[in-house]
Amino acid sequence: MIAAEPPVAPAVPLHRALGVTDEELDAIRARLGRNPNDLELAMFSVMWSEHCSYKSSRPLLRTLPTRGEGVVAGPGENAGVVSIGDGLAVAFKIESHNHPSAVEPYQGAATGVGGILRDIFTMGARPIAVLDALRFGDPSDARTRHLVDGVIRGVGGYGNCVGVPTVGGELVFDPSYADNPLVNVMAIGLLDERHLTRAAAPGPGNLAVLFGSATGRDGIGGASVLASATFADDDPSKRPSVQVGDPFAEKLLIEASLELIQAGLVEGLQDLGAAGITCATSETADRAGTGIRVDLDAVPRREPGMAPFEVMISESQERMLAIVRPDRLDAVAAVCAKWNLPCAVIGVVTGDGDITVIEGGLDADGQPRPGAREIARVPAAALTSDAIVHDRLAAPPERRRLAPAPGAPLAASDQLPERGMDPGAVLQALLGSANLASRRAVFEQYDSTVQAATAAGPTSGGAAIIRVIGTRKALVAATDGNAGMSAADPWLGAAMSVAEATRNVSITGARPLGVTNCLNYGDPTKPDAFWQLSEAVRGLGDACRALGLPVTGGNVSLFNESARGRIAPTPQIGVVGLLEDVSKALRPAFRASGDAILLVGEAGPGLEGSEYARIAGVAPEDGPPALDLALERQLQAFVREAAERGLLESAQDVSSGGFATALAECSMWAGLGAHVRLHVSSSPAVDLFGESPSRLVVSATPRHVPAVELLARQHGLPVEAIGSVGGDRLVVELAGAGATGAAEERGSRVADSLDIPLADLQRAWQHGLPRALGWTELEQEGAR
Amino acid sequence: MTRIGVVVFPGSNCDLDTLRGLELAGAEAVPLWHEQGSLEGSAAVVLPGGFAYGDYLRAGVIARFSPVMRAVSAFAAEGGLVLGICNGFQVIAEAGLVPGALLRNRGLRFLGRDVWISAEQLDTPFTSLVGDGRPLRMPIAHGEGCYFADDATLDQLERDGQVLFRYVHADGTPAGAEGDPANPNGSLRAIAGVRNARGNVAGLMPHPERASDRLLGSDDGLPILRSLVDAAARAEREPALAAVR
Repeated sequence: MIAAEPPVAPAVPLHRALGVTDEELDAIRARLGRNPNDLELAMFSVMWSEHCSYKSSRPLLRTLPTRGEGVVAGPGENAGVVSIGDGLAVAFKIESHNHPSAVEPYQGAATGVGGILRDIFTMGARPIAVLDALRFGDPSDARTRHLVDGVIRGVGGYGNCVGVPTVGGELVFDPSYADNPLVNVMAIGLLDERHLTRAAAPGPGNLAVLFGSATGRDGIGGASVLASATFADDDPSKRPSVQVGDPFAEKLLIEASLELIQAGLVEGLQDLGAAGITCATSETADRAGTGIRVDLDAVPRREPGMAPFEVMISESQERMLAIVRPDRLDAVAAVCAKWNLPCAVIGVVTGDGDITVIEGGLDADGQPRPGAREIARVPAAALTSDAIVHDRLAAPPERRRLAPAPGAPLAASDQLPERGMDPGAVLQALLGSANLASRRAVFEQYDSTVQAATAAGPTSGGAAIIRVIGTRKALVAATDGNAGMSAADPWLGAAMSVAEATRNVSITGARPLGVTNCLNYGDPTKPDAFWQLSEAVRGLGDACRALGLPVTGGNVSLFNESARGRIAPTPQIGVVGLLEDVSKALRPAFRASGDAILLVGEAGPGLEGSEYARIAGVAPEDGPPALDLALERQLQAFVREAAERGLLESAQDVSSGGFATALAECSMWAGLGAHVRLHVSSSPAVDLFGESPSRLVVSATPRHVPAVELLARQHGLPVEAIGSVGGDRLVVELAGAGATGAAEERGSRVADSLDIPLADLQRAWQHGLPRALGWTELEQEGAR
Repeated sequence: MTRIGVVVFPGSNCDLDTLRGLELAGAEAVPLWHEQGSLEGSAAVVLPGGFAYGDYLRAGVIARFSPVMRAVSAFAAEGGLVLGICNGFQVIAEAGLVPGALLRNRGLRFLGRDVWISAEQLDTPFTSLVGDGRPLRMPIAHGEGCYFADDATLDQLERDGQVLFRYVHADGTPAGAEGDPANPNGSLRAIAGVRNARGNVAGLMPHPERASDRLLGSDDGLPILRSLVDAAARAEREPALAAVR
């Protein structure tokens, strides 16, 4: 018996109580050639959790394209790293902290930020930006408001203090997230390629040095208890599984880690996250083909009386494991002391490939002291690369909608007038809705300008642009996750998310470098949930191949279910791009009165999954819009070339809320009206509010219009000059066969049109979010 | 080149930005670690933003006891130029180097946004190059930036020209005291920055170092930093300061 107290009632076999199935126990026995003892079982339980082992998703993830221009480190490392020239590289990754945030929103979100930052600086990169993609239930619900408030304060409380700007992200509301909010955090770091550091433990005889916070009982089994099981509500018994973050300690950890790396003092570096010391030792050893002998007594503790399994799997935050040559230990200790961080030698690298845990101490040569006991011995590979893999069953849901294929002919419900709606009122309602209203009230609670490099932050619209100090270059980052389309068709949702995130980067003029992803899905043991995941991975791969982009890393969050059901499948895509000359960056806001407005690409049918459908409903026979990845690639190539040649004044893509929303945003950000005439090909709803992809609203000075049109046609793209910037109203005249409708029936002179003072739209847009969340004081401020 | 020191506390997070901003303004900027007692010959000292020592008790309250702050206080007492930005303002207010205190923002939430301020005094070491008092645009990023002092102190500050910066609207009209979004944190009399009676120590909540590059949206902060560098270059020739630098 290793554990002082069995962590569960003895009526249930220990392995099952720890979340290990009978089949998995057999697999553990096969790898050890014997029964595991309780400590070993605890180590396996966390390392073979879905969160750490990717045991359900690994066969799918293997299909993703991972090679690409400039990729220095890909999946399997703490973060993807891509070269940006001049000897510099960018590290980036997105990760979920969903379940902890459901239980304790402030700490869950805060430690989500802390965890992903550690993944970045572990690689030797200084974190320069955070984007957070958040999803919650109905914003009028009291519990949702509690979660929103806690998560936003948590993201801000941590990010603001640690000095990394929060430059972007998403905030989406949908009832399916009511019990299971999503907190996906992306971090980006910048490094000198010479400082790229691996999370490996090479060289038997080297020392394993733990530095940072002491180890406590917080976050025991977080990976297995929280991240890898569904739960009904915020069960207080799970609260001890949530880690507690200390951003001040993290800030010191960043500085100390980067100083150690820059001074060349470490052979390998790994942060401690899920599964704590067990994960950090086994992953670093396995990557180097070595083992680590852990001196359990040497681990600095926050409290007395901790059982060995608690020390080995604790997820106490703000800790790092460095692999250090013995002759450099003093220098490492000096750096830690400078930053006031405790450090301790907690083990030695061995050549035997095993993680062994010793109670009773190691001597100066790293051998167990006389009387010391070996209380666990597990091959490092068995915990990591050779962990169990499940071939899950995937099956589409039985009652597949009788929907037509994506992009199939439109349905009757596409006819906006049928609903008796005035398009202007629809637009105002959309702009004031919780999902499309201005995010300013939230993003202003974050520090988006620390590090003095933010050329475009979260309140300026569009992707974030961060200068690479000392160069003309900038990094451009965006996150997008289209759950609406994923609910209709998980392949399409994932592919559209990739298309949208990369498009958001491309419309600044930047070249996308790579894709990171956080896949938020349901219980993989349920065939329909696993089907959603496998379709999403297929869509992710197809889109990345079509756009010529590598997947450089990511994270899978499964079991996002509660008693009330499963979340809408949510593929959260993060993209980083490179802009060679920051002064050429394009923004979505219109620039000047008199500029021409052009629509590139054309609307296709299908309203399912759109924000319009959320407020207007959707006919059962309707489907989602179609995605043509080859066209998308052309569109992005076009806009990058147009930006490079200086042909455009602004560029915005058509996504949530459709064309009318995109146009309104360009106007509202600029404070400039617009007057356009839109040719309606099918129906006003599709052309104004449909979310078919691969469309842009761009503006150009009149003399550049012919060149823009020519360039678009050269890329095989439909293009039309539709009007001009100016005035203080937003006017969209509808023309063409599909435009007849309600207004005409009402006797209006124009077939159908939308004509609203910009100020009315701005009011709806600025008040929408504070109003939806009941932030009365901020709502008043929106009036300014 | 005039040397200006930037104090680095554990938890400072605007130190690198401030060092760079001062270099853009023409200074030789050097970091001053919190445990050191020497200012390394600096002709002026800047306390940057951040969360010194984590700010767990109250913003700035621990930092004032650090060795470097003893040196900074001695330097200030001899007339040395000291500028505190954001958390640095909180630190020098806690240390009593400037009057008043910074309370939690009126809305009780952290606020990060661009604001407009205007310089009230145009002949100080911190404002001599800002021009004609036109509105300056730069970011704020703080949770505790509501300037507070009692009425008598406020009256005296106004009378003696110690109010350096005030929040204003984009067109330069003064921001209201309360409930006006142009005064983002509810500062009394819309005060964004003050100086001590002698005029050599100043603090402000907005971040001039983050407004030092037009490609980042504004370079309105640069003239403030340039003013300091310019004044420091003149102060370098002051023999009285040699002993405490």
